[in-house]
Amino acid sequence: MNEASMTEKASGDTPDRDAAAGTIRVLVAKLGLDGHDRGAKVVARILRDAGMEVVYTGLYKSPGEVVAAAVQEDVDVIGVSLLSGSHVPLFRELGRCLREEKSEHIFVVAGGVIPEQDYAALWDSGVDAIVPQEARAELIVTTIRSLIAARGRV
Amino acid sequence: MTVFTPSRPVRRAAYRPSIELVPEILAGNVAAIARMITRAEAGYPEAAPALAEIYRHTGKAHVVGITGVPGAGKSTLVSSLIRAFAAEGHKVGVVAVDPSSPFSGGAILGDRVRMSEAASSSQAFVRSMATRGHLGGLARSTLQAVDVLDAAGYSPIIIETVGVGQDEVEVVTAAHSIVVLSAPGLGDDIQAIKAGILEIADIHAVSKADKPEAAATVSALRGMMTLGSERVRSKWAPPVLPVSAVSGERIGELKDAISRHWGHLRDSGELAERQRGICRTRILGAAKYLFQRKFDERAGEIGEHIQAVVNRDMDPAGAARLLLGWTDEGQAA
Repeated sequence: MNEASMTEKASGDTPDRDAAAGTIRVLVAKLGLDGHDRGAKVVARILRDAGMEVVYTGLYKSPGEVVAAAVQEDVDVIGVSLLSGSHVPLFRELGRCLREEKSEHIFVVAGGVIPEQDYAALWDSGVDAIVPQEARAELIVTTIRSLIAARGRV
Repeated sequence: MTVFTPSRPVRRAAYRPSIELVPEILAGNVAAIARMITRAEAGYPEAAPALAEIYRHTGKAHVVGITGVPGAGKSTLVSSLIRAFAAEGHKVGVVAVDPSSPFSGGAILGDRVRMSEAASSSQAFVRSMATRGHLGGLARSTLQAVDVLDAAGYSPIIIETVGVGQDEVEVVTAAHSIVVLSAPGLGDDIQAIKAGILEIADIHAVSKADKPEAAATVSALRGMMTLGSERVRSKWAPPVLPVSAVSGERIGELKDAISRHWGHLRDSGELAERQRGICRTRILGAAKYLFQRKFDERAGEIGEHIQAVVNRDMDPAGAARLLLGWTDEGQAA
């Protein structure tokens, strides 16, 4: 599914489930042993400038810590940047923790270095969007907005 | 380059009415607490009856305000305090406030970076909150978030203000005990006798006590204390405590001072006075907010009056009175 089809889906939503009334909250995290957070900080800044509230958790987080923080912060989206190559097991664990906490309404957006042959594994783990490094900044914003518009307010 | 999405439908989640969340909040359900705070922040009218019901279950928690300049070490200190209180079996609530961008309305809430170890304890609930344009060091709904945590059995509940200047002292009408955190190496002892933030402290903490400059800051603050207290009616003498979150030095002393202040408020009868002050401020704040919302609905009418003010046919205050539907001069006073 591409971005255009997602927007179509959103436009069919009923007004009472309109998420635009609330401020979008995003948790930006770095998972596992990956010490480079410049990209994550750039994304946090882009989302801030798009009017979103970004909870930044810092480096070296476990999937369990990230999900616990996401539940307390009641975020709409967890954005994870991964450059370490261990994305498949870490996203699998993140998805498991979200199911365990009954918080599957929280979207997972993956960014960083993720080879295309791993996309299927990430979809299976519950990842809702993959943002390649080359993606333009506005695309991250529109992707998050259309996911939330399609889901509605929780 | 596009963004990739899976070929499955977007997950939808069931919307649950706020009033249904109340029993779960009272039972301590973390997700229900978090959702109610979100709705209080958004100011959904739908959540108002639920928040009213929650308020009936509050009044048990010790609310501690922690304030200080940006970079003083508030989040790091809160993290140490969570650990110290949790070690004694307390369920600790934290509401950490950071500023919203005046341009985009967005915010980067970074307090969790310093708290992550303590915040992932099952005995702590940490919520980051953006000011959303509210001035004074807190967010509009900070105290509603405190209510939700109070009703859920958290105590103490720590409010961490935004990094403040000298005049953002709203926390004094929000918390029972105020800790003002000063960082060493900023300014001389005349800073310590200025009015404002330093006056509101029930406890002075000086951060980064492992640095040599800390001793000078401690003695400047102690010197200020000897010049006399503005709260002369109180028997409480605000202590000045150097702390170091890095070494964990004297965090226990600070925790004890906070508990001692709570005991003092209850024994001396000052608590009742503070409660009344907090309630008074909250009623006025809520009234202002409701008024503002009502006013915003009519703000479209402003266009009719602008030209009259531009032409000098009417002054801005007169146009404001018309906008509010006030024709009688006396009402504007």
